[in-house]
Amino acid sequence: MSSCLNEARRVAIFGGTHGNEMSGVTLVNLWVKNSAEIQRKRVETKPFITNPKAVEKCTRYVDTDLNRAFTPENLSAPGGDNLPYEVQRAQEINRLFGPKESPDAYDVIFDLHNTTSNMGCTLILESSKDHFNLQMMHYIKHPVGLEVGPQPQGMEFPPCTVEAFRVLERIDYPRDANGNIVAMDCDWEPLNPGDPMFQTFDGKTIRYHGPGTVYPTFINEAAYYEKQQAFVTTRREALVASAIRKV
Amino acid sequence: MPLPPKIKGCLSLVSDEQGYLKEGAPITDSTPYEVRRAQELNAQLGPKGTPEAVDLLCDLHNTTANMGMCLIFYSFDWIALHIYNYIQSKMTSAPVTAIQMDISETYSLESVGKHGIAIEVGPQPHGVTRADIFNLMKEAVDLTIECLQKLNSGKKHVLVFCEDTVLPRKHVKAICNCYCTLPTGSTFEGGKVEAYTLVKSVDYPRDPTTNNITAAIHPQLQDNDFKLLKPGDPIFLSFSGETVKHEGEELYPVFVNECAYYEKKIAFHLAKKVTVTFPSVSVKKVD
Repeated sequence: MSSCLNEARRVAIFGGTHGNEMSGVTLVNLWVKNSAEIQRKRVETKPFITNPKAVEKCTRYVDTDLNRAFTPENLSAPGGDNLPYEVQRAQEINRLFGPKESPDAYDVIFDLHNTTSNMGCTLILESSKDHFNLQMMHYIKHPVGLEVGPQPQGMEFPPCTVEAFRVLERIDYPRDANGNIVAMDCDWEPLNPGDPMFQTFDGKTIRYHGPGTVYPTFINEAAYYEKQQAFVTTRREALVASAIRKV
Repeated sequence: MPLPPKIKGCLSLVSDEQGYLKEGAPITDSTPYEVRRAQELNAQLGPKGTPEAVDLLCDLHNTTANMGMCLIFYSFDWIALHIYNYIQSKMTSAPVTAIQMDISETYSLESVGKHGIAIEVGPQPHGVTRADIFNLMKEAVDLTIECLQKLNSGKKHVLVFCEDTVLPRKHVKAICNCYCTLPTGSTFEGGKVEAYTLVKSVDYPRDPTTNNITAAIHPQLQDNDFKLLKPGDPIFLSFSGETVKHEGEELYPVFVNECAYYEKKIAFHLAKKVTVTFPSVSVKKVD
């Protein structure tokens, strides 16, 4: 059985959602100057810098994290110029590329980020049940050649399985009574019960005592110290995507 | 020494370059924060160039460049060289390098003390604490203090002389600028160490209109601090895919892709390797 979807014609590529994550900023600026590389037949791709003030200051955000700002409350908040800068930007982006959850919203948005964690290239999905996204993820890992010749219905992507990691919980650094970080993590993966997890500043090892093996990620991301997050634990899963083709 | 509350925001600097002292300027409400701190630190740890200044000022730094454990000196005086030699001989967890900045007037924090060294450890992203980098820095500081303790140990005040020449006390102070005591007959052996001296800096390629950088450090140079760079070796990869190659003499790149140096228009420094000889320090009892 295959899912029939409307064509994904309008695509946006966002850079600078966090103003100090340079790969996305650099790529989007290049494509704003010359978009030939990202144009394809039947797909309109718009590159866009989402947080220009933060990019100018080369900082993650100016008032508040833009990537946490797209809440219903923020998107409908009155106040205009008095709102925090990123809330104003969220409303503007929602107007240009949304509105969120409406039929006028862009079909696909790619948001480009960097991390201080040793994550290589990671794709982050909001939903494990979005077959279009799963097929896209599979294609990125296993690209196939595009067939030449007229295909009135567009290519069908057969069912596939993608390996993914589901976020379980967020683990904070050990902190002293004053709320200061007293230890930091060590690099390793996967994490088994009994494995070392933190080294205190006076040299002691703190071990993981969870119920089973987990796969930690976002280990030691600089921006997450303020979010009380040393790393997140995940569980490995195989996600099945049904075949998809254009309506 | 911890900074006042600004450290909570984890900013690298608030205004002006922290660590570069500007002397003599009166403080007003519009004085940049770091200039005010420079004067406070100079009063507390100096004043720079006076007998009241601390004997040794050790400034701890991290870098996003892959420099490992590196000591930075502005002058290769005998204390600096003995500390470097001591750390290098005792540290087994990582190789130790030293860079001499070779400028006649110094404006960084450690120049406030009679002697100064900066301990520079990387790579570490700014705002992140890595256990391996933390351990390296802690070990280097422990060894520095251990070295000074050995230099200073002993119960008697004695003359210090170098290389078998007995010097009057006033001459010793002029040369060494610190009062050393050692058990009679002890010797801190001199020798030779390899170090690097800065020659010049290289900026990123930039767009002539916008001044924005148009290339990144080439993958073959990235993370290869202290590896000899030869003419023809790639140094930059432009965002449109062209390679820029090194021209000129063979030199050693350091501080390759240090985040804080983008605004200083420095992609990397180039240094030459030198061999530095330092004297033995030994002690005889004074009558």
